[in-house]
Amino acid sequence: SENCIFPGESWHCLLCISFFSDSCGLYNVPKIKKRLYLSQAPEFIPPENSQYDWIGPPDPVSNLRPIRFHVAANESTLEKHLRLFRQETEEWNQKFWATQNSSFIKEKEEFITSCLKAEGLGLKDENGGKRKLSAEKMAEFYKDFLNKNWQKHADYNKEWYKRNITITFLMGKVTLQMFWKRRYTSDRSWYLPV
Amino acid sequence: MYKPSCHRMTGLFGVCLFQGLENGRYSRNLMQLCKQAQPRWGTFQHFTFLKRLYVTKMSNGLCQHAKPKQEPLGSPLVERPHLAQEQTVIRHVQQIPAFSQDPSTVTFSSEEKKEENISTVVSEITHESGEVKQWKEIRVHLEDLPGIYARLSKIKLTALVVTTAAAGYIMAPVPFDLSVFLLTSVGTGLASCAANSINQYFEVPFDSNMNRTKKRPLVRGQLSPLHAVTFAGACTVPGIALLTFGVNPLTGALGAFNIFLYTCCYTPLKRLSIANTWVGALVGAIPPVMGWTAATGSLGAGALLMGAILYSWQFPHFNALSWNLREDYSRGGYRMMSVTHPALCKKVALRHSLALIGLSALAPALDVTTWTFPLISLPINLYISYLSFQFYRDSDRKSARKLFFCSLWHLPMLLLLMLTCKKACTSKEDTLVTSS
Repeated sequence: SENCIFPGESWHCLLCISFFSDSCGLYNVPKIKKRLYLSQAPEFIPPENSQYDWIGPPDPVSNLRPIRFHVAANESTLEKHLRLFRQETEEWNQKFWATQNSSFIKEKEEFITSCLKAEGLGLKDENGGKRKLSAEKMAEFYKDFLNKNWQKHADYNKEWYKRNITITFLMGKVTLQMFWKRRYTSDRSWYLPV
Repeated sequence: MYKPSCHRMTGLFGVCLFQGLENGRYSRNLMQLCKQAQPRWGTFQHFTFLKRLYVTKMSNGLCQHAKPKQEPLGSPLVERPHLAQEQTVIRHVQQIPAFSQDPSTVTFSSEEKKEENISTVVSEITHESGEVKQWKEIRVHLEDLPGIYARLSKIKLTALVVTTAAAGYIMAPVPFDLSVFLLTSVGTGLASCAANSINQYFEVPFDSNMNRTKKRPLVRGQLSPLHAVTFAGACTVPGIALLTFGVNPLTGALGAFNIFLYTCCYTPLKRLSIANTWVGALVGAIPPVMGWTAATGSLGAGALLMGAILYSWQFPHFNALSWNLREDYSRGGYRMMSVTHPALCKKVALRHSLALIGLSALAPALDVTTWTFPLISLPINLYISYLSFQFYRDSDRKSARKLFFCSLWHLPMLLLLMLTCKKACTSKEDTLVTSS
């Protein structure tokens, strides 16, 4: 489906990859050359001395909060894989919700305009304010929008669950790796993730 | 330390007032600030609505009121480590030549073009510095954890669930055992915390898009997904273990089944089919059944009656709530009756409100309560049915709100009345018979 960036992926495949990614080498994350539907917030650069990820204000279109992932100096292969996968998932999510919300707003305006036109009313009422339709009339639009997008939502849901669980699994592996390094090596530069 | 910037801020405030009239966001903030801050007008803290994150540190008394409500901000305690970064930002703002030297020049002069340029620059910088300030480190501070966990586990909902389980335990016709009662309550509470955490873990992007849920901890990045899952695991294991080994295996099995139903059936179904409402009602009905089985060790008719009452109550409660959230549900892709089958939504709410009257009448027939119960519960059951009928007939925001708020007090009241009308325990009679 259009929402799946990794074509031919299966649930089994994702789990195997997350399980064995440390030993198999870096999983080949396709480079997304153009960041589509980017957040409109000004570019934020975290302070140099910070060892953590940073989360920003919600994007005005997608309502999702962007994350700036910290790149550790001694980042392992597994950590890099996790970071790239999270970055890619964030962009995929941003794309879906920005499209979804913009099309919702656009279709809602079109619906209101066409309904008012059918009744012979203008867009502005007597006071000059924007004319609104009744809740019952709007409910027709909401029902229609939901039914029209059922398959898209179902596909998104499935993909989101897969990605979310994979990310959590990888985070678990990274945490174990960090515990091991802190416990059994003299390297104290490894910060435990949240 | 902030005194010199007070004058600059006054000037800045004046300029932004102009820009604020065109820029809806600032005028909204300003209006809110004026409304909330009127009794204490004129203090420095109120002119720092642009630096609202600092207010909490500067004056203990004023903080919360100066913040515009709709902005999602972290807790005041989170701000402490970022003081160094915030001071850097202040210095950056102060270096702008247009208003750093003499704020009196930045006034309502007749040179409108120059003013417009300055105000545009100022608003852009304050907008950007405002945006920059809203970036937060994803780092857990131990002192914030209890609050974060409370929000993650939906503590108020958990408390309601534990109350219904406790009511189920107390209504059971066996002598009251405090230790089993406490174990059941704690175990049910932990199971509910776990289920709610997993629910929030799965719903992050959807929660971000709904006004009602956009301040949840995972949405705001106060916890990582791994942390949330670990917390859920840390609640599930002792919770189910307490119920299975401390109470009885049946209650433990019901608890585990309820967690599974909520996380693996209800949560995904919310986006696929309206059947999610019926599954959710079942999830709400199981805790009182668990309370009953904890007391008696078996699934009796009384347990099923308690479950049925909670099951029926869910419909007027949820259908009324969802009626006013139709736009959010539609945009977020949630399939709820109120959006896709509005007529069914109203019918089901009315049907189940009337069913509550019937179930209350069934209670004495099953020896759960005395015959006083259907009589004294009739007024509140009739009232909720009346509101359901109004909602069915009018189908507007007002009637939906009235029904929802009624359901919030109706359930505790009904349970209380049930407790007062509980049929006396028969074990006393048995001991009298055996001793004579």
